Amino acid sequence: MPRLTKDDVQPVGFKLNGRPVVVRVTPRTLLTDALRHEIGATGTHVGCEHGVCGACTVQVDGEPARACLMLAHQADGCDIRTVEGLAQGDALTPLQEAFRAHFALQCGFCTAGILMTLDALFSRQPDADEDAIREALSGHLCRCTGYAPIVQAALTARNRIKGGPIDA
Amino acid sequence: MKPAPFDYVAATEMSEALDALHQGGTEARVIAGGQSLVPMLNMRLARPAMLVDITRIPELSRIEAKGDQVTIGAAVRQSALERWPDLADRLPLVRAALPWVGHAQLRNRGTVCGSVAHADPSAELPLCLIALGGNVTLRSRRKTRTVAARDFFQGMMSTDLAPGEMIVSVAFPARKDGTGFAFREVARRHGDFAIVACAATARPDGTATLAVGGVADTPATLDLPADMADLDDRLNEFAWHLQARDDLHATARYRRDLVRRLGHTTLKEALSCRD
Repeated sequence: MPRLTKDDVQPVGFKLNGRPVVVRVTPRTLLTDALRHEIGATGTHVGCEHGVCGACTVQVDGEPARACLMLAHQADGCDIRTVEGLAQGDALTPLQEAFRAHFALQCGFCTAGILMTLDALFSRQPDADEDAIREALSGHLCRCTGYAPIVQAALTARNRIKGGPIDA
Repeated sequence: MKPAPFDYVAATEMSEALDALHQGGTEARVIAGGQSLVPMLNMRLARPAMLVDITRIPELSRIEAKGDQVTIGAAVRQSALERWPDLADRLPLVRAALPWVGHAQLRNRGTVCGSVAHADPSAELPLCLIALGGNVTLRSRRKTRTVAARDFFQGMMSTDLAPGEMIVSVAFPARKDGTGFAFREVARRHGDFAIVACAATARPDGTATLAVGGVADTPATLDLPADMADLDDRLNEFAWHLQARDDLHATARYRRDLVRRLGHTTLKEALSCRD
């Protein structure tokens, strides 16, 4: 049984965007800080650190979850995806393209988390309707856009992903 | 906004978790999904010396429908219960309440038993457990005991859990024929904490129980006879009895008003959907 005392710096292994990584952290290290400080994956943002704002949302085994409410050691063996895992080189995903086209971000602080939530939503539910999109977005705070462009971008991305007409 | 240091035990067997909790005593806390505990750690409202992670104990991840109750293990995530195929048939009240528990991103990690252990006065799952007359099974190194939900919740974020003990499961009575259920909540924004949440169960003989969360320190219940001629008077008396307080989110008066109106609607809905 892994049993760590508070100052123990121990390795935690998980998959990050498809690649195996190992970080060496104390028990109290949050997944957000392991990603940002140990790995340098600063795409995942840190907002409220109590699960309310959604900025730190990543995918854990395919499902969106708050990285600020997870101990890094709890990610041992998990499949973690962050915003860095979306675009392939310069090629944005349809979701990212739609965010750009609809001006669905301004300062961009909330964007990484929102993209990870919507990416998971469309993987599970490719025909998610506007209600489902708004329900998923209710777990995120955006103080710039007023949400309307984000919903428009999500609807456009969904149509692209489904292969239907692009304009929602 | 970072947790104070703690020792961390990732138990893979029940005996390891119980040994660690025994050793840690009052300074040890169980962590499962962490969706209530980690905010408390980050804000340093909780500073346990030891965390015992129980999510890798296989037997705690089971949902079992046996006889007339559904038993949910301590590591079962809220999203897993949401996706349980028998949920609508066996636990219609819980099915109605689950979408109101935080946001989907939190339900993916948060556990059913964790919400019960945290005992927030406005939490939906403790409210359902009380409304349905469920129970909580606690285990320490020495013994296992089962406590009725009404006795388990003792105050705001305060329960019957003793040092060295952990919740191993909660059990909800399964739906019986001819019963009806309804759940309603008012919050500033979907997914926020309830200002008032109502859960109602109606029986074949027309009697019903209303449970209300978000007002008193623990969920409170009102049993109603089949004759509901004086329903509004009873609800009014009940609303006053809850001793609502003013806070940042709502006034006591607004909460009482919600108990009267939302309580009425929820009860009528439960009675009308009996099948």
